[in-house]
Amino acid sequence: MTVDATASLAPPRRNLHRFANPGRFLRLAGAVLPYLAVGGLVLSAIGLVWGLFFSPADWQQGDAVRIMYVHVPAAWLASAGYAGIAACSVASLVWRHPLADLAAQEIGPVGAGFTAVCLVTGSLWGKPMWGAWWVWDARLTSVLVLFFLYLGHIALIRAFDNPERGYRAGAILALVGAVDLPIIKFSVDWWHTLHQGNTFSLTGAPHMYISMLWPLLFTTLGYSLVFAAIVTARLRAAVMERRIRALLLARVDERGVEERVAA
Amino acid sequence: MTFLPYVAASYTLGVVVPAGFALAAWRRMRGASARLAAIDPRRARRAAAAADARGRAEDRP
Repeated sequence: MTVDATASLAPPRRNLHRFANPGRFLRLAGAVLPYLAVGGLVLSAIGLVWGLFFSPADWQQGDAVRIMYVHVPAAWLASAGYAGIAACSVASLVWRHPLADLAAQEIGPVGAGFTAVCLVTGSLWGKPMWGAWWVWDARLTSVLVLFFLYLGHIALIRAFDNPERGYRAGAILALVGAVDLPIIKFSVDWWHTLHQGNTFSLTGAPHMYISMLWPLLFTTLGYSLVFAAIVTARLRAAVMERRIRALLLARVDERGVEERVAA
Repeated sequence: MTFLPYVAASYTLGVVVPAGFALAAWRRMRGASARLAAIDPRRARRAAAAADARGRAEDRP
């Protein structure tokens, strides 16, 4: 029996490139976007109101624990957003997926924004709890490094005259910077940090009272959908802008040919 | 000690930042869609075909 080596590679490539067609992507994104936006808005609103008015105060932290309902989803999306950029970078460098570079470019500013929210809300919690706006703790420092990685990625993509070179450089930076993600996750286990340990793990029950856990799950899921909606909308806009540029360039080329023929 | 200013500032940030990004993305998408509709020949052909079809449907007894 003979085995075609290329056959095993073909299906994933075909699947990955199924949504590379801009028209197909725009149709799919246009259909999904309202559900993401409305779902995210509703879940976030429920979670925030629940966390602010109906969940109990912590016996040690008091009402300051309510900051967690904004801080934790922002922290999760800071890491998830960068993981998304790293995944897009793999798709770009390995499979040359046409939309992967655009997706990485559009995730960057949104991820940086949520990382900033995570850092600032962490400071707002740290001041009343620790007595300091900032400490050079392993968790805090690794998230600050993530924020700088986001800024570096955004700047590097725009630093080249040729966008393709910017995308390549950004993809390499994103893959190298992805090493920060496990450091963030395990920093509280590897070092003695002021930041509290992990509340959630894959193998054990969460170390949180159920009446605090539910609003946190709502805000986390809601913010995730809002993040996805924002990125989808930005990516739709970017795909349309690319087509506009292509059409305008084609018109300029046509005019140039006509002028040469007339001359 | 009251934690209200810290909680209020956190919630404000948690609402304003995503809302700002969402609004900017929506405006950018609307703008790009309008510009593309104005110059894309394929969209113009599709719109013309749709208008023809509507006209034929209205003419039918």
